[in-house]
Amino acid sequence: MTKDKDRVLNIILVSPSILAVLIFVYGFIAWSVRVSLSKWKGLNPDYTWNSINNYIDLFKDPRFAVDVKNTLIFTGVFVIGSLSLGFLLAVMLDQGLRGEGFFRSLFLFPMAISYIVTGVVWRWLMNPAMGSRMSGFNLLFTNLGLDSLVNAWHTTPQWGMAAIALAAIWQMSGYTMALYLAGLRAIPQELKEAARIDGASEAQIYRHIMIPLLAPVTLSALIILGHMSLKVFDLIVAIAGKQLQLDVPAIYMWQATFDGLFYGRGAAIGIILLLSVAILIIPYIRYTLKTEAQQ
Amino acid sequence: MKKKLYYILSALIVVSLALASCTPAATEAPPAATEAPATEAPATEAPATEAPAAADEVEVFSWWTGGGEAAGLEAMIKVFNGTDPNIEFINAAVAGGAGTNARAVLATRLQAGDPPDSWQGHAGQELIGTYVAAGQIEPLNGLYESEGWLDVMPETLIPLISQDGNIYSVPVNIHRANVLWYNPGLLEANGVAVPTTMDEWFAAMDTLKAAGVQPLALGEQWTKMHLFETVLLGTLGPDAYNGLWDGSTDWNSAEVKTALENYAKVLSYANSDSASLTWQDASQLVVNGEAAFNVMGDWAAGYFIELGKTANTDYGWAATPGANGVFQFLSDSFVLAVGAPHHDAALEWLKVAGSKEGQEAFNPVKGSICARTDCDKSLFGEYLQSAMDDWSSNTVVGSLTHGVVANDSWKTEIDTALGLFLASGDVDAFQSALVAACASSGPCK
Repeated sequence: MTKDKDRVLNIILVSPSILAVLIFVYGFIAWSVRVSLSKWKGLNPDYTWNSINNYIDLFKDPRFAVDVKNTLIFTGVFVIGSLSLGFLLAVMLDQGLRGEGFFRSLFLFPMAISYIVTGVVWRWLMNPAMGSRMSGFNLLFTNLGLDSLVNAWHTTPQWGMAAIALAAIWQMSGYTMALYLAGLRAIPQELKEAARIDGASEAQIYRHIMIPLLAPVTLSALIILGHMSLKVFDLIVAIAGKQLQLDVPAIYMWQATFDGLFYGRGAAIGIILLLSVAILIIPYIRYTLKTEAQQ
Repeated sequence: MKKKLYYILSALIVVSLALASCTPAATEAPPAATEAPATEAPATEAPATEAPAAADEVEVFSWWTGGGEAAGLEAMIKVFNGTDPNIEFINAAVAGGAGTNARAVLATRLQAGDPPDSWQGHAGQELIGTYVAAGQIEPLNGLYESEGWLDVMPETLIPLISQDGNIYSVPVNIHRANVLWYNPGLLEANGVAVPTTMDEWFAAMDTLKAAGVQPLALGEQWTKMHLFETVLLGTLGPDAYNGLWDGSTDWNSAEVKTALENYAKVLSYANSDSASLTWQDASQLVVNGEAAFNVMGDWAAGYFIELGKTANTDYGWAATPGANGVFQFLSDSFVLAVGAPHHDAALEWLKVAGSKEGQEAFNPVKGSICARTDCDKSLFGEYLQSAMDDWSSNTVVGSLTHGVVANDSWKTEIDTALGLFLASGDVDAFQSALVAACASSGPCK
C-alpha cells in the first residue's frame, strides 16, 4: 500500500521534468527535422516539402566539405593530444610526489575557464604577425633562437585547425588527467606488486597491466572529448572570428540560419551534427547501462 | 565544522546567483566594439511588457549599446523627449558587434508576433530583402512627402532604399565605404602620388613593394569583402556596378572576370597575417607608418582621432581607385513595424530620426554624416566635412558588405564564395560561384 503510494508520488514528482524534456528536447528535435525537410528561407516559416534536398545540397556544398575536413583535423589532434597529455600527467602525479594536490588543481584549472577566455588568450599567443610586429609564441621562439619553430599558427593554409586544437588541448588535458588519475588509483596495488615479483619492468607493467585496465576510462574520455570536438564553436569564433578557412559545421549552421536566413539548410546542418554525436554516444550509453545492470 | 562552512558558502553562492538573475536587465550596456565578431549569447531585453500606459510609449530596437553609437542614440532620444514629452521612449537595445545577436533576437520576436514599434537596420536590401519580403515593415512614402525629405536627401539614394516605388526606412546617418586611407609620409618618401585608377594603384604598390614598404594593410574576412566591393566598383564603374544588383550586369561577363582578377592582384599586395587582424589593427598599420594603403569605411576616421592622429599628416584619404566622384554608402535606418503596438508614437519617433535636429544631434557624436544634405557643417570634423561635400555632389551607390545592395541570403552566399576563393585562389570557380549565388538568391534567372 505505502509502496504504491510512493510510486504515485514519485511519478507525480518527476513528471514535470519528463514533460519538459519531452517538449523542449525531443519536441524541438522533431521540429528541426521537419524544418530541415522544408524549403524555409527568409523570415516567414515555410514548410513546403523539400524531401532530403537540403541534405543532398550540403553534401555537394564545397563549404560543407571544408567544414568536415576541419572537424576531422580538429578532432584528431584534440582527442589524441588530450588523451596522451592527460595520461602522461596522471602517471607523473601517480608517483606520489610532494604537493600532488597543488599540481592536480593547477592542471585542472584551465577547465574552469570558458572557451571564450581561452580563445582570446590563445589569439594573442598564436599571433601570426612577422617582422617588427611579431609577438606571442613566435617572438618567444625568436628570442630563444628557435627560429625554425616560428609559424603562421591558425592562419596556416589547410592545417590551421590543428593550431586551434592546441588551445583546446591546453584546456581539456587537465580534465583527462583527472579521469586517468581516478582510474589509476582504482587499480589495486597488489597487481603491480605481483607483476614486480614476477620480474616485470615498469614499462611492461604499464603496457600489460595498467593500460588495459584503464580501457574503460579511455573510452569515457574518448566519448567526452569526441562529442565536444564535434560541437566546437565558441573557441574558434574567439580565436579567429568567422573566417571560412576555420569554418566548422556549428559556425556554418549559425551563419546559414541567422545571417543568411536559410532556415532549412541550418536545420539540416543541426540534424547532421546531432546524428554524428549520437553515433558516438548511443553505443556508449548502451554499454554503460548494460554494465550497470550486470553489477 | 568544515562541512558547515562549506554549506554556508554554497548557500551564499546559490542565493547570490538567484538574486543576480532577478535584477532587471533594463539598461544593460556592455560596451561592444563596433565591428568585432559577436561572441556572447544575446542578452534578452527585459522591459517592454510592463508599463501600463499603452498609448504614449514607443519601443525602439537597436544594437547601439556602446561607444559613439549609444551616445548618439541618447542625444537623439533627448531631442525626441523635447519634441514629444508625452511619449515614453523605451530603448530596447541588444548588445553584440554589428548587430549579429540583436538580429537573431529580433527575428525571434517577429516570428512570435511581438514586434517592437521600430527597429534599426542597414538601409537597403538588408531590410527590404528580409522584412519587406516577410511583410513586416510598412512603406513610409507619406512621411517622406509630409516632412519634405525627398528634397533634402540625394536623389540617387532613394531608389537604393526603395522597392517597387515604396520607401521603407528612414536613414539617420551615412557612412562611406569606398575610402582609400593612406600614409602621406610613406607615399611622399617613395615618390608615389595618390592613385586614382586601378592601374595607377598597382603601379604605386609595385614601387612601394620594391622599396620594402608593406603596400596594403588588410584584416579578417569581412574586411576582404569590403575591399572586394570597392574593387568591383573601381573596375566596373557605377552603372555596371549597380547593374550587378538589379540583374542588368551579367556576373558571367568578361568585365566581372577582369574585376575578379584585379581583386586577386590587390590581395597579393596585402600583409600575410591579415586573417588575424581586426579592421582596427589593419587601419592602425597605416597611421603607424607600417603600411601605405588601407581600404576601410570612414568610421576609421573616428578611430584615428581616438588614437590622437592628425588628418593630412598622419593619414590622408581619397576615393578608392577607379571610383572618383562615386560615393559608396551604407546607412543605419529605422523602420515602422506592420502591426506596431504604438503606431502613431512610432511615426513621431521616425519624424525625429529624419529631422535636421535629430540628425545633427546623432551624427557628430557617432562620427558619421547626416543623410540629409542640409546639416550644419561646422558641427563636424575635417574628414566628415569633406564627406558631406561628396555626399551632396557625388553619384551614390550602395555597399555590399554593409547591407545596401544585396539581401542577407545573397550576401551570405557571396561571403561563402569569397571565403572559398581566399583559400583556393581559383578565379574561375569564384566567378561561377558568384553566378550561382545571384541565381539562387538574387535577381538573376
